[in-house]
Amino acid sequence: MNNIIKIAFRNLYRQKRRSLLTMGIVAFGVLAVLLFSATAGSFKNVMISEITDSMLGHIQIHAKGYINSMDNLPLDNTLQAKQIEQMEKILDEIPEIESYSYRILLGGMLSNYLESTSAKFSAIIPAKETQVVPLLENRLMEGTFLKKGEILLPELITKGFDSKIGDDIVLVATNADGSLNGQNFKITGIMESVMGPTGKYGYIHFDDAQTLLRMNELQVSEVAIRLKDFGDVKKVYRILNEKLGEIKNPKGIEVFEIHTWENLSPFYNIAQMIDMMALFIQIILIGIVLVSIMNVMIMAVYERTKEIGSISAMGTLPSKIRWMFIFEGFFLGVFGSIIGLVVSLIAIFIVNISHLTIAFGRNSIILLQPEVSISQIGLTALIVIIVSIIAVMEPAFKASKLEPIEALRQN
Amino acid sequence: MPLISCDGISKIYKMGEVEIKALNNISLEISKSQFVSFIGPSGSGKTTMLNLFGVLDKPTSGTLKVIDADISKLDYVQRAKFRGEHMGFIFQNFNLIPVLTVYENVEYPLIMVKSTPVKERKAKVLSLLDAVGMLDQKDKLINQISGGQKQRAAIARALTTDPKIVLADEPTANLDHESAFKVMSLMKKLSHEVGTTFIFSTHDPKIVKEADIIYTLEDGILTKREERSKG
Repeated sequence: MNNIIKIAFRNLYRQKRRSLLTMGIVAFGVLAVLLFSATAGSFKNVMISEITDSMLGHIQIHAKGYINSMDNLPLDNTLQAKQIEQMEKILDEIPEIESYSYRILLGGMLSNYLESTSAKFSAIIPAKETQVVPLLENRLMEGTFLKKGEILLPELITKGFDSKIGDDIVLVATNADGSLNGQNFKITGIMESVMGPTGKYGYIHFDDAQTLLRMNELQVSEVAIRLKDFGDVKKVYRILNEKLGEIKNPKGIEVFEIHTWENLSPFYNIAQMIDMMALFIQIILIGIVLVSIMNVMIMAVYERTKEIGSISAMGTLPSKIRWMFIFEGFFLGVFGSIIGLVVSLIAIFIVNISHLTIAFGRNSIILLQPEVSISQIGLTALIVIIVSIIAVMEPAFKASKLEPIEALRQN
Repeated sequence: MPLISCDGISKIYKMGEVEIKALNNISLEISKSQFVSFIGPSGSGKTTMLNLFGVLDKPTSGTLKVIDADISKLDYVQRAKFRGEHMGFIFQNFNLIPVLTVYENVEYPLIMVKSTPVKERKAKVLSLLDAVGMLDQKDKLINQISGGQKQRAAIARALTTDPKIVLADEPTANLDHESAFKVMSLMKKLSHEVGTTFIFSTHDPKIVKEADIIYTLEDGILTKREERSKG
């Protein structure tokens, strides 16, 4: 086999320019795949992190029917104290969970005594919330983070009310029974919205929401969960579905519904599109490798027909002739991949040191830090090598089936 | 016991609707260690005859036995194995592998066909290169040596597997007279030394005189057999 490899290698060397050109084309394909995957992957990871770490968390738990309710932020379909107690036991037993936080989501009317507007609020327990969504505090444009009796207003409303830090404001909300209640708050912070300047989402303290909504016992609209490893989302989702799915109300209906960030954020579709584009570029790479290697090997068989005839006449078995050509295609794929990989790593390094930034939502300076995983490199190289071998099969079989006298007759 | 025995063999090629009878009812026998020549004008059937003897092709009719094997019964792979085991070939255009050195070309059948161990291989190749006077050219690539040297390398390659039969189709056609005589003398010398049967075709009446037995072909028919005294 070593000698077949040696001859295959020398056959490539004999057509240096052609072999280099083919390897160059393969390398270009590898570069396109790896550079795109690294850059788009970096963009995707930054965006996912921005959304999950400053707003959604990795997984959320609601009362069954909450997400698909026709009402906006319904307060009549919350998790009740007993259910929360059962849920806590389960959450505390799952080692993959780093932290979780309770939220009451409510809609209300804000007034600065001169004018009023509607707004949505997330009532949070600040110490817990910042463990689940650590980038939340970064969204604070001005002021200090939340304490009891304080309110963090969205930028849009602050501007509309011409309010400033330290001003008083009234929040009026209707509770689950339909009774109206109001409470004074001090503006201590102005929050930017993740998705743009039009957001009207503010924050109040969890205890204040309970008072405002006259909740006599613990009630929760939403439980946000952060995992130790983001990669465990699907695993933990399955565990939660299984364990929480066992808890049913007296009517035998499940109490909880669980969603991953993917179900809750429209950005997941964009992330999927990025993955689709990466797949599309991989398909183009397969096409490039297939066509270029098949073309060069068909030419090689055509040019070396007489040579194949003479080695066949000498008694070289068809399988050995076949292997000789397969190794030629294999080497083109391997060396093309290596060149492509080296060029890709250099290109990725250049992108990293040039501190490329992009705008997303309010964060106009998100730094792209493309990186490529060993598995991505391995997968790309494997695809190239497998496709190279597939591409060379037809010419290799053709060469091995040549009748020696026909081949020897060719000029 | 003849090495090659033909009994009424014919070979017909079909070119569309037209049938071309390349060989017509040939019967002959060739024994071990003979230095045999086939002569005749172009299209007389010399190459077809050598292709059949070399198990590169099968007769359309008749029986051809080469080293006791009825070659009509061998399939594609069996014929390749048979050639590798018993045959050596010398081509008009040398057909050496251009990416290999002279040494590697001679070594090639031992690796690709016979899988001979390295030590044995090296001794065999060096002794053959010495026998054909190419030892000093062994590390050169094929495009770095002359036509005569290429043919000498090709003779060494043909003999490297210790074949029972060496077939040479117009081996001197691309050589000048001096080189042609040297090559023929070398083939004859080796034939007698190693006991291999050499069968070659030629146009050249001066070269053919070297043969022990001369068969004349005309239009696919064997018209004459001439036996010459050895020496």
